[in-house]
Amino acid sequence: MTLALLAPYVTPFPEHVGAVVDFANRHQAPSAVHWFGTDNVGRDIFSRAIFGLRVSLLLAVVVLGLAIPVGVVLGLLAGYFGGWVEIVIMRVTDIALAIPPLVMALAVAAVLTPSLTNSMLAIALLWWTWHTRLIYSITRQLRSQEFVEAAETLGASRAHILFREILPNCVSAIAVKTSLDAGFVILIGAALSFLGLGIQPPTPDLGTMVASGASFLPDYWWESVLPGCAILFVAMGFNLLGDGLRDLFDVEDVR
Amino acid sequence: MTAPVLEVRNLVKTFAVKGAFGRGRGIVRAVDDVSFSIGAGEVFGLAGESGSGKSTIARMVMGLSQPDSGDILIDGQSILGRGTSLAHRQQVQMVFQNPGASLNPRRTVGQSIRVPLDAHNFAGDRRARVGELLEMAQLPAHFADRFPHELSGGQKQRVAIARALAVEPRLLVLDEPTSALDVSVQSHVIELLEDLVAQLGLTYLFISHDLSLMRNFAQRVGILYLGKIVETGPVAPVFTAPQHDYTRLLLASVPVISAEEEALRPTIPMIDGDIPTAEQLLALRELSQTKEFKT
Repeated sequence: MTLALLAPYVTPFPEHVGAVVDFANRHQAPSAVHWFGTDNVGRDIFSRAIFGLRVSLLLAVVVLGLAIPVGVVLGLLAGYFGGWVEIVIMRVTDIALAIPPLVMALAVAAVLTPSLTNSMLAIALLWWTWHTRLIYSITRQLRSQEFVEAAETLGASRAHILFREILPNCVSAIAVKTSLDAGFVILIGAALSFLGLGIQPPTPDLGTMVASGASFLPDYWWESVLPGCAILFVAMGFNLLGDGLRDLFDVEDVR
Repeated sequence: MTAPVLEVRNLVKTFAVKGAFGRGRGIVRAVDDVSFSIGAGEVFGLAGESGSGKSTIARMVMGLSQPDSGDILIDGQSILGRGTSLAHRQQVQMVFQNPGASLNPRRTVGQSIRVPLDAHNFAGDRRARVGELLEMAQLPAHFADRFPHELSGGQKQRVAIARALAVEPRLLVLDEPTSALDVSVQSHVIELLEDLVAQLGLTYLFISHDLSLMRNFAQRVGILYLGKIVETGPVAPVFTAPQHDYTRLLLASVPVISAEEEALRPTIPMIDGDIPTAEQLLALRELSQTKEFKT
């Protein structure tokens, strides 16, 4: 699924991604030529939706790529060392958790200029907290396990214990959480664009497309409904992937 | 007698206990003025019921927790204050109670055994050393690529023993090393430990609540009751003529095989290994049907 989305070659009208105008074909209903129909300036919605998905995926990858390493390391440190390290990290985490990511992204977009980079930054700034929480609780559990104590008595360094003994036992949880997260991040990104605070036109984005199509509802329904379906499609795809991964890892643990 | 490998002097460790809602606080003296010493090559048994402070002593000897007062000396040197040093780790190693928990489930046997080698900068071929250690624990070398869940309990405990021996310690702390294992496997692990004493000149601090095991394995014992050593001495006098009431109580609660039952014991040829063959199983079933088991 994701591989096909990354290929600009599969789209029927790649040139329609930019600021192209084709008034002769505006507001066309879905047909064999234009699968999702065309928008108010005659651009092929299917082509734009596929490119929009690429932007969404980029958003998810960058946000999670920034947030997860930070969140995991902080979670490990807080869970393993306890004491004031734990107190400082977990209180900061709690504060960050209290701010809804969408509101944070709105604030950042309002202070800085609305752009893809800024919305990625804003979401990443809050997203690490979920991973810190998750890894913190797992680490707390594992710290008292005998194999961690055994590693201590064997003379293993703290870095070894954190990254070689504890981290491998967190990998399955991280993988599941990540794939579930990807869907949420894409949703937030789309919501931002819908509000005009994320990706700016003419770069195609599913949220922007839903927004611009909304003014032509209900007559030209495909202009916003079909990109909306595309959002649903990716977000759900990632959630199903997450569920699948969880089942996979559960089976392994039982074995 | 040569200088003791391990000497424990007036060790005290207390834990604060919180009642419900933080009220009714009290202090438990988990280890209360305990002293003993273990000579080179000796197996010293520490016996007592759960909660008597056995494991707390083991943890303090390992430097996993600090005593409130008292001193722990290894080869005449106090380990307190340098409890986490590599030098201390090199002298004392520990085999934990539950091999299922003391081996990291996500790392192979070889990786687990390499941990101490890497930590102590073992000079030489570390891969070869892992094989050597497995062999010492009477396991095939190809087990290095297996994960703990692919091994039986006895095999896992052998891996844990191999890992503890990696840095050639002088003293091995055995914290109930066989209590998580099946009885049939227990004796094999104990045999291995006995062989290792002879081969490597190890010294053991053997912690157990299993008195019959202790009687066969240890040379001297200390009986621990509520954090205090109530009786200590060579195995034979302590077990045959116990001086303290608690020791008598402990001994009386051991299930004994009477002479009658001993005579009924089947003689089945057992191959060195964990799983009996089909013929042995059949023989066992026949025995269980023909003879009544006394309870």
